[in-house]
Amino acid sequence: MRPFDYQRPDDRDAAHAAARDGATFIAGGTNLVDLMKLEIMAPDRLVDVSRLGLDGIGDADGGLRIGATVTNSDLAADPRVRRTYPVLSRALLAGASGQLRNKATTAGNFLQRTRCPYFYDTDAACNKRAPGTGCAALGGEMRNHAILGGSQHCVALHPSDMAVAMRALDAEVEVEAADGTSRALALDDLYRLPGDTPHIETSLAPGDLITSVRLPVPLGERQVYRKVRDRASYAFALVSVAAVVRMEGGRIAEAALAFGGLGTRPWRDAEVDALLAGEAPGEALFDKAGEVLLRDAEPPEGTEFKLPLARRVLKAVLTEATR
Amino acid sequence: MAVTITVNGQDHTLDLDPRVTLLDALRDHLHLTGSKKGCDHGQCGACTVLLNGRRVNSCLCLAVMHDGDEVTTIEGLAEGGPSPLQEAFVAHDGMQCGYCTPGQICSATAMLDEVAAGWPSHVSASLDCPVELTHDELAERMSGNLCRCSCYPGINAAITEVARRGKTEATE
Repeated sequence: MRPFDYQRPDDRDAAHAAARDGATFIAGGTNLVDLMKLEIMAPDRLVDVSRLGLDGIGDADGGLRIGATVTNSDLAADPRVRRTYPVLSRALLAGASGQLRNKATTAGNFLQRTRCPYFYDTDAACNKRAPGTGCAALGGEMRNHAILGGSQHCVALHPSDMAVAMRALDAEVEVEAADGTSRALALDDLYRLPGDTPHIETSLAPGDLITSVRLPVPLGERQVYRKVRDRASYAFALVSVAAVVRMEGGRIAEAALAFGGLGTRPWRDAEVDALLAGEAPGEALFDKAGEVLLRDAEPPEGTEFKLPLARRVLKAVLTEATR
Repeated sequence: MAVTITVNGQDHTLDLDPRVTLLDALRDHLHLTGSKKGCDHGQCGACTVLLNGRRVNSCLCLAVMHDGDEVTTIEGLAEGGPSPLQEAFVAHDGMQCGYCTPGQICSATAMLDEVAAGWPSHVSASLDCPVELTHDELAERMSGNLCRCSCYPGINAAITEVARRGKTEATE
């Protein structure tokens, strides 16, 4: 690990002051410390934000406000989340291990780095790790890579389960900038597509601190999260689907679908949601939803299996959610 | 930099480089070598300790971030004699080489608390019901601890026995 300075401010003003000349925030550290050991990330200065009092969960406008440093365990077990946002509990519980969930935080989960093996292999070319060096994945061994949202520069997947459920729930992150001003960002605006700058994964500026996550009242009570992976536990998704559905008179009134294991960011497609709204559930409709979802899919060699897998998982989830 | 950590009930003030992990602080600075370094990347669980009562991978913790925190290691669980889980691991032969065992036992200790607190898991049919520690539940909840000798049958038997006994005591 490269040497770094460490500071642990007691409040947000001090955190911003400590980060003024450039710093990396750390809270749970489950991803960052791992990457620092491998020298894939080598920050000069760490500012510890784990004791800023951002670890509460509270009601907000009928929804929920979740502090940035609430652990994945506490969030999954929170009675309000279990009752009103079960898709979020399910997604959290499908991720990582008991030990990691006890340490990993909500904001850290959003900001975890991608898991492409070539990103982790410091001998391999990787535009995300070392901009401009090329992409060893494309043309290399590929399996768990993105089939949506990739570019010729990067096809690394966003690995979070939590963020997939958060996208289906229309979560917004509240961000405090270095100058103390706050703004809310929809996840669509937080996560960037890789394009030709895959090293820039979010729209956050240096010094921006996620302080909380806001969940609106869920659009439906029918919520499902299903994850398919290579082993039964403690593995990243090959495909995952989060569904939040409201039924009315036997029809789908509204639906919000989000996907993991497919995209370079937690994936949501407004056209899939629009296709389902107002329709009677059925196999033909669900097949059509899969077609729409994958209309622009470009599976790199080795990832083609994700096309039929995504269609089948989507169909199974929609069947369960509309039953 | 100076950091004070309470380990197994005793305060220790250490002068550490910020790069030192909690695992290395325990092993190399406090000479508590029960916690093991397996993968050193949070994948195997051999380094599992209890941090403020919860199980974590100590290899992914920077020690300087835990000033004022309470850590319990496998040595702490054995204070005043072996804990019920430690005895059960011996009785059920829940180990071969023994390298993963401290992590398994620390993890299982906290896992049983999580079950008692009603935390659901990925395989729980409902998010609301009290947890029944079936084989599937146990396997899911212990998936962060690997055993390359594959002593899982003994590990499962040991944890199941202690879980059952705890339940019986709770209802008596």
